[in-house]
Amino acid sequence: MGIKSDIRLIDDNGLRIDGRLPNQLRPIKMEVGVLERADGSAYIEWGGNKIITAVYGPREAYPKHVQEAEKAIVRARYSMAPFSVDERKRPGPDRRAVELSKVISEALESVIFVEKYPRTSIDVYIEVLQADAGTRVAGITVASLALADAGIPMRDLIVGCAAGKIDGVVVLDLNKEEDNFGEADVPMAILPRTKEIALLQMDGDMSYDELKTAMDMAMEAAQTIYKMQIEALKKKYTEVV
Amino acid sequence: MEKGKGIRKIVVPGELIKEVGKPGNGVFVEKGKMYSAYLGIVETRAGYVNVIPLSGCYIPKKGDKVIGKIIDIAPMNWVVDINAPYYAPLHVNDVPWHVDFGYTARYLSIGDVILAKVSNVNDLGQVWVTMKEQGLRKLEGGHLIKISPFKVPRVIGRGGSMIQMLKEYTGCRIYVGQNGMIWISGSPEGIITVIKAIRMIENEAHTYGLTDRIKAFLEKERGEENGN
Repeated sequence: MGIKSDIRLIDDNGLRIDGRLPNQLRPIKMEVGVLERADGSAYIEWGGNKIITAVYGPREAYPKHVQEAEKAIVRARYSMAPFSVDERKRPGPDRRAVELSKVISEALESVIFVEKYPRTSIDVYIEVLQADAGTRVAGITVASLALADAGIPMRDLIVGCAAGKIDGVVVLDLNKEEDNFGEADVPMAILPRTKEIALLQMDGDMSYDELKTAMDMAMEAAQTIYKMQIEALKKKYTEVV
Repeated sequence: MEKGKGIRKIVVPGELIKEVGKPGNGVFVEKGKMYSAYLGIVETRAGYVNVIPLSGCYIPKKGDKVIGKIIDIAPMNWVVDINAPYYAPLHVNDVPWHVDFGYTARYLSIGDVILAKVSNVNDLGQVWVTMKEQGLRKLEGGHLIKISPFKVPRVIGRGGSMIQMLKEYTGCRIYVGQNGMIWISGSPEGIITVIKAIRMIENEAHTYGLTDRIKAFLEKERGEENGN
């Protein structure tokens, strides 16, 4: 974000560097139930992002002092594989991963009926195998599929979607180059049924009107992604016979 | 249950339920409308609309017969894993033997499998199990497998038809706990066949005409065993 360069992110025809329109998503592919031993799991390919998620629980929370007498705690762990980015990333949680784990946990907790399972923890492991901007929103999208697959009661599925501003134009779903050389990035997590917002962050700067446009764009795209999520969940069970 | 092939209607969390009736299990009401809380199938029974989850953990209910595994021993009790979010203590007063203080390990050791009953559950989710009832005992030998607890009714079948068929065709002894743990004992071939059949039931639990397909499968397996 904010790195000065002479790269033109939008060409004369109004197309972006990967040939997309400003309000066009990258191709998305989702699959549910990819891991044998996890209680629930899912995999997503969102443009260049490849993310696998596993859910365990509800199970008794340990260490015991983290238990909450009235509700389950949701512990999401976002981690990027060392080989997920161009230059090898040092393994283990860094400042960014800790922050994302926290915001993702909170976003997911808002849709789960946590009060049904007192004293337990629901553990969500989000492993980014290949990163290409927008991994947190893709991670939230795929984590909600894994939670549904694990049979955890939820108010709604949750959809992550990002919008941003590049070369002065508000666009949807930034890719890596646009994220690095663009002006702003707004990742959002949306509950598609009620259109509530579970996560809203902004990196870079935009005017109020631009932010509103970006949010509307993401909101609209969330409905598209929501349909894909439903399809992915139902596919696991309709392909059996 | 209708005959023939097909799949029951699947709903996802937060999906609007159009069926009419009182809200039952697995649904929640918001602004007068019913929504599903689970990834599951919709079922209407006695005026209530329920969503039966397709997966998930076992929630203990008082009186359920469960199969558990001893995972820890203390001087006055054992700790039993019953596949629920919480571990269940089994007190020495709740077993059919007289156990002296500190001699718990003589009767049940870690890894032993028991057939037990849920004696109490409280609001906090704490569970207690008991073995003091006829038929409840330690299960020696055998093979233990886990399925989703919501699929237990399909494994048992209507009036026990499915489980009876499995027993007849393979000659195995089978115990199905309400918590989704299944204990099988018998010939190695029989056990393998039962496990295959149960996995098949598990994967196709939400389809119609399952009993007929399992029967065909068992007949085929038996044919192979006899070398035909």
